[in-house]
Amino acid sequence: MKNWSLARRKHALQQRANVIQKIRDFFHEREYLEVETPYRIPVLIPESHIDPVPSDPWFLHPSPELCMKRLLVAGYEKIFQICHCWRRGERGDRHLPEFTLLEWYRTGGDYLNLMEDCESLIRFLATEIGLGETLVYRGRAIHLTSPWERITVDEAFRRYTAVTTREAMDQDIFDEVMVRDIEPKLGMEKPTLLYDYPAERRSLARLKKENPSVAERFELYIGGLEIANAFSELIDPEEQRKVFNSELEIRQSLGRQVYPMPENFLNELEAMPPSAGIAVGVDRLVMVLLNAETIDEVVAFTPEEL
Amino acid sequence: MYSASDLRKGLKITIDNEPYVVTAFEFSKPGKGQALYRTKLKNMITGLTIDRTYREGDTFEPASLEERPMQYLYKEGEHYYFMDSETYEQIIINEETLGEGKNFLVENLNVKVLMFQDKAIGVDLPNFVNLRVIKTEMWVKGDTSKADYKPATVETGYELRIPPFVQEGELITIDTRTGEYSTRVKE
Repeated sequence: MKNWSLARRKHALQQRANVIQKIRDFFHEREYLEVETPYRIPVLIPESHIDPVPSDPWFLHPSPELCMKRLLVAGYEKIFQICHCWRRGERGDRHLPEFTLLEWYRTGGDYLNLMEDCESLIRFLATEIGLGETLVYRGRAIHLTSPWERITVDEAFRRYTAVTTREAMDQDIFDEVMVRDIEPKLGMEKPTLLYDYPAERRSLARLKKENPSVAERFELYIGGLEIANAFSELIDPEEQRKVFNSELEIRQSLGRQVYPMPENFLNELEAMPPSAGIAVGVDRLVMVLLNAETIDEVVAFTPEEL
Repeated sequence: MYSASDLRKGLKITIDNEPYVVTAFEFSKPGKGQALYRTKLKNMITGLTIDRTYREGDTFEPASLEERPMQYLYKEGEHYYFMDSETYEQIIINEETLGEGKNFLVENLNVKVLMFQDKAIGVDLPNFVNLRVIKTEMWVKGDTSKADYKPATVETGYELRIPPFVQEGELITIDTRTGEYSTRVKE
């Protein structure tokens, strides 16, 4: 019996393969080295809200970040990777518990350079697959011509909500406001680069020198869909350890499993040159390029179909 | 007990002691933030829809709804008395809960009552009921087209339009879904 649900996706999967091939072309052209790091790892980045899939007694990686940064420190100056990642419990129209990430890291430069990289990469891909300068996503024409919209988190709260970033953080409603009032407005006419997150949401990003209440971190949105997350990397091991500790405390207070510190990473971090790194959701990127309603339409199998 | 990750379309949950059904559901996770479950919920009593966003640790009581066969007995003011056809237990349903349904209740009518936590929240009527016309004008011969339907009142006090040939005292069938005349019943 023919599986028509799979058969129908043939065009999307051909285009997906094409996009991934072009991503490789883009980075090879810029002399990035494609790396492969282990999918199964013993330690994780302490993050409040990411749950790994156990692979006894280790884990399937939720992202290749730790290993790629260790390569960066070891002198691999420009690297990229396209790989599957796993995050437990994440399933919806825009989420799969097993999904594909593209990450790239560059020595020197900061998150501003990554914003330019994003523009170049996505404009290149759109041209290569025949979309030109405009893509249509969910009935909207989104123009890819430079420059893209750049808006700080503070500005987005001012423009789209009745609360300030600070108030949202203090009232513990940052995520809710973001999802309900801000995200649906982002990247509707042009892609939007939302940048300078509150310091508490720094993750592995460094704080801004001129304004340490925010972190040099940005997210890329196209048609309301979050496509990428990027940092000017934090390279101070002591500061990073503090951030990890507070993330672990949050995990503990939420009753989540608490994992050991990634000591090897922290030991090597002191040798990291100023760098910047970014993760792009490949499935979602394909969604916006192909005008797909759900993530299910751009993968060969969803967990429910196995 | 359900947790937020159990939320899906069609799930029935209790909020502030009222039953809701999930009519739309979306899993969200803003960058590096927590998992959020955005829902549209329809109140099964009032029919009103609300937007609610839940977090991972949130829990819900299921809304246990049950349909019980009952017979309509009589009314007293705004109170309508029904008897459970299996337990013979009597319950009272007020006029507001019955809504339009009150127009079609004749004694001994068999209905299905939707119960939520031992409270009646709705009544499912048969699609057709027979009611006696207690007041209408005389038939003037020759008027037969639909446009010539005349006003009438049936035994429950409900007013509708009926064909001109139906006389006072006759029994008619009414479609409870539309509230319209269906046929005349020959006795």
